[in-house]
Order: sequence, then C-alpha cells, then structure tokens
Amino acid sequence: MIPEAWLAGLAGGALIGAAAVLLMALLGRIAGVSGIVGGLLPPRPAADFGWRLAFVLGLVAGPLLYTALSGRPGVGLPVAELPVLVLAGLLVGAGTTIGSGCTSGHGVCGLARLSPRSLVATLTFMATAGITVFLVRHVL
Amino acid sequence: MIRLLAALAAGLMFGAGLALSGMTDPAVVLGFLDIAGAWNPTLAFVMGGALAVTFLGYRLVLPRGRALLEPKLALPTARAVDMPLIGGAALFGVGWGLAGYCPGPALASLAAAQPGTIVFVAAMLVGMVAARLLRGQAAPVAPSPGRA
Repeated sequence: MIPEAWLAGLAGGALIGAAAVLLMALLGRIAGVSGIVGGLLPPRPAADFGWRLAFVLGLVAGPLLYTALSGRPGVGLPVAELPVLVLAGLLVGAGTTIGSGCTSGHGVCGLARLSPRSLVATLTFMATAGITVFLVRHVL
Repeated sequence: MIRLLAALAAGLMFGAGLALSGMTDPAVVLGFLDIAGAWNPTLAFVMGGALAVTFLGYRLVLPRGRALLEPKLALPTARAVDMPLIGGAALFGVGWGLAGYCPGPALASLAAAQPGTIVFVAAMLVGMVAARLLRGQAAPVAPSPGRA
C-alpha cells in the first residue's frame, strides 16, 4: 500500500498549488515566498507592502490552522546545529535573492509557467542540495 | 482590504499545505535530498501535487491576462539564463541541503517558535538584505514587480 506520508505529501502539495493558483487568480501574483518576503525588506521595500505582509502572516499561521484542524503537530524540529543553521540561512537568503526565487517561485510557479529560467534554477538548486547532503552525511 | 484578505487566505492555504505535506519537517526534506541514504520520496509527491494543480490552474488563469482584484498579472519579465540565476540557485541549494529549510517552510515553521528555526529565519533575512544591498550597487534599476 502507499504510505500515508506520501498521500499527505500529495494532498499538501495540491493545497500549496491551490494557494498559488488563488494568489494568481485574485491578485495576479506569483506565489514565490522569497520574492514576496524580499519585497518587505530594505533597501527600498516594495510599494505594495500590504498583501506581502498578509501572505507571510497567513503562511506562519497556516501550520497552526493545520494543527487545530487535524490535532497533529504541523512542524518538525530543526536538525542542524545552530552555527550550521546560521550559515544555511545566510546562503538561502542570499542565494534566493541573487537567483530570483526559491522552491515555490521557481520550483512550483515557474515550472507551471514552463519558464526556462525556473527549470534551470530548479535543476541547479536540487543538484547542489543533493550534493551538499551527500557530502555532509556520507563523506565528512 | 479585500486584497489583504485574499493574500492572507492564500498564505494560510500555503502554510497549511506545507504542514500537511511534511515540508515543515527538515528531517523529511533532507531524507528526500539524501539519494545515497535511506531515500524518502515524500517530497516528490509534494512537488508533483503542487506542480500539477498549479499547472492546470494557471492554464485557466493566465490566458485571462488579468486578476479578479487587479487589472493585470505581475509576471516575471526576465528571460536570460544567466550567472546570477545559476549561481544564486546553486548557493540556495547548498543552504537548503545544510538545514533542510527553504524559505516557505522556514517561515511557516516559525509557528512552533523553535530557537533553531528563529535563528535560521533571522540569518535568511540578513542574507536577503545583504544581497539586495549588493544588487542595488551593481544595478541601480528597480527590480521587476513579479519575481520568480
């Protein structure tokens, strides 16, 4: 039988996709989290501050809603040590800004638009992420 | 106000979807990225489900050329597959592989108020501001409204 975690993954993914379609249908926006958050930050935060902040607030509240409805924990624990989390956070923040997107913007919305840029970006970050995990877990 | 409620609803759905899918558990994410280990394929189902729904939904929405609450769609205009795109994505992947957090799940995981998650998100915001500052010096043009 198909493991429950896989089905939950499929259903959760579908919900993520539905959110992305809703944001495009109502506000005409790509549901790219790094881009939405980037527009809230200095220098020169975006003029359209409001919807970005509302989306991020919803994003943070989403797992709480999931827990309230399902009675299950919506969030796992961090697995890396604090210094590694600092380095990783800096890389994720800078990398998604320089590369104009992350898993949601490139990996979901960009691929759904059949964007060549997003395909290249997604293949690239999947590859370097896989290589990094391989080095950390099996080499170092 | 209606725009804010629309964005809040989309964010709630997105965050709940992340929680349901397992993306907010770094162990699940790293288990997917660890092809040489005990591979956990859950993330492939998440991305497949998200991509299928978004692809089909976009086919209905994008041809309209406008949103229900906005006169036009803010779609990315960049076309070049260039070094910032590839280099930035490469750096992002290294960070993703180190922590098991990409931006959406990291922010959604703030709901649990874990110190490690808060530290990661703070560093991520610092990284974003630093890259925005550098970009501002390199090219003093306003970024396109819709980035992806």
